[in-house]
Amino acid sequence: MASPAPRPAADEVRPPAGPPAPVGTRARWSTVPLVVRHLVLAAGALAAVLLLIAATDTVNTMRIAAVGYSVLAIAGLQVLIGASGQVSLGHGAFMFIGAYTVALLVIRLPMLPLWVNLLITVAVSAAAGVVVGGATARLHGPYLAGATLALAVGLPSLAVRFPELLGGGNGLAFTTRGAPPALAATVSTAQWQAAAVWFTVLLALTVLATVSRGRLGRRMRAVRDDPLAAAAAGIPVGRTKVAAFVLSACCGGLAGACQGYLLGTATPSSFTLALSLSLLAALVFGGMGSLWGALWGGAALVYLEVWAEDAAHALSLGTSVTNNLPIVLFGLILIVVVLLRPDGVHGAVRDAAGAVRRAR
Amino acid sequence: MDRFVDLTLNGAANGAVYAALALSLVIIYQATRVVNFAQPALALIAVYIAYSVSGLTGRYWLGFAAALLAGLLMGALTERLLIRSVHDRSPLSAVIVTLGLLLVLQGAAGMIWTNEPHSFPYPMDFRGRFSASDAFALVSVGTAAALVFALYRFTPLGLRMRAAAHRPEAARVAGVRVGLMLTTGWALASAIGALAAMLAVPPFVSPNVLDAVFVYGITAAVVGGLDNPFGALAGGVLVGLGLSYVSGYAGPELAPLACLAILVAVLSARPAGLFAAPSARKV
Repeated sequence: MASPAPRPAADEVRPPAGPPAPVGTRARWSTVPLVVRHLVLAAGALAAVLLLIAATDTVNTMRIAAVGYSVLAIAGLQVLIGASGQVSLGHGAFMFIGAYTVALLVIRLPMLPLWVNLLITVAVSAAAGVVVGGATARLHGPYLAGATLALAVGLPSLAVRFPELLGGGNGLAFTTRGAPPALAATVSTAQWQAAAVWFTVLLALTVLATVSRGRLGRRMRAVRDDPLAAAAAGIPVGRTKVAAFVLSACCGGLAGACQGYLLGTATPSSFTLALSLSLLAALVFGGMGSLWGALWGGAALVYLEVWAEDAAHALSLGTSVTNNLPIVLFGLILIVVVLLRPDGVHGAVRDAAGAVRRAR
Repeated sequence: MDRFVDLTLNGAANGAVYAALALSLVIIYQATRVVNFAQPALALIAVYIAYSVSGLTGRYWLGFAAALLAGLLMGALTERLLIRSVHDRSPLSAVIVTLGLLLVLQGAAGMIWTNEPHSFPYPMDFRGRFSASDAFALVSVGTAAALVFALYRFTPLGLRMRAAAHRPEAARVAGVRVGLMLTTGWALASAIGALAAMLAVPPFVSPNVLDAVFVYGITAAVVGGLDNPFGALAGGVLVGLGLSYVSGYAGPELAPLACLAILVAVLSARPAGLFAAPSARKV
């Protein structure tokens, strides 16, 4: 029996050659910690949004704010469907929870500031995510889709069931504070609200991006690609799935809270099955592979409806055509995107950017 | 006690509708491994066609036949034109295509027939505790289910369809035209969906009229197990009775929540439905 080859002494082992020392701004940027990079990006985005808000009128400011919370809801769905592979058709349910939580907090505890309300909303949504994710962690594919579908349809009926607490079919109406007195002269209420929404959204997106690039994100992708292999590698499959659900529920709840805060109402009729389905449609349109897809999806969700309405008015189409044009367009886009560009707008943008870089 | 009997009869009639919808979903799921989320929209268009045909000719049953025929055709077209092109992609692609079709068809129905509800007749007399219409629902769904069972079990066509669904490669080698069989399955399922919608829609038809019915139908399919047609029928009756008792004793606004509760209760005990066969997994 051959004796094992002598192993080199510990002090002889060289550390593996690290990556070459960074050269140039691009390379130096990649050595900055991930959180910091994401925070810098978010700050830049916030500055851009603030400039945009300052330059446009009230209607467009409200639309920009609506894009903000839609992006957040879709980003949450991206983490759940794109990264962890669990198809939820009921994400409107978490927006429902968020909107009603904020409404109840504003009405019952009016002294709390907005950021406390939002933190409480996140906690409530996380709890809802644990319950739903825990109940559905063993379900796969169509069973999960069916269960979340029932959730999206069932939950809003709570509001009708408890009219004293949740306001019945008319929902809850409340008023939120606008800009602080010192700024009230220069900043309109809509502008202040849009800025607050985008600040919240970008902060949440920073957390989301950092988490999904980190260990939890890697675990989610491993579970999505092969649950058995992931389990064999020591990843707690069930807990990872629930974690994805919680993350996604927090985003949905926060998005619903922002919507409630902007509109000043929470009604069961705004959290229909159609809302949940259009969130999924927007995610597919934007591209499921990346959080960037949520940006395109959110913009499409808000502006497609606006443009469809404008186009219908310009062509003087009948009311029944006008009312149904956005939903038909959304459906068509969904089918065309899946047939021709399964990676969505983000995929197209990435390919175009790659082509430009190669051409240089 | 009287009330209990009423609710049971009513629930059974509604359950027949959910069972038919669940059956149509299961037939398609068995054939192509896709949950057809466009089913309510296909059925909706079929009902609107029945509405137009009945309106033009003045005969209800002519419209009824037109609806079934339209369902048959639309199911076949959906499989041929849309589902086949995403068949080799991830399961999510097919789901998204059917969701897109759902939005398009629902919007198109609103464009053509407006979003306003139109009155839509019952097939038969609907008055009384167990009306002729309720009986018709039970009998027609029962007949349809029996015919489907006979088709799959006893005819050469049914044998080919089963072969194409379960072992497509082997079936192809044996000379079965697999694509044609899958299209037939979709056509059959959509006709059953149209039947369910014709029973569920009255007294009013509007573009969103089938949303709740569809959720109950998919609940029935999932509760019974998507791989088992008998499970779909049993799930439909279970959901129909459960919702009827909850609506009757606790209030109709709780029906969607009760549906969710049934779903969670069943699936947490049996994640693949009540009647699913135990599955082997390859490690």
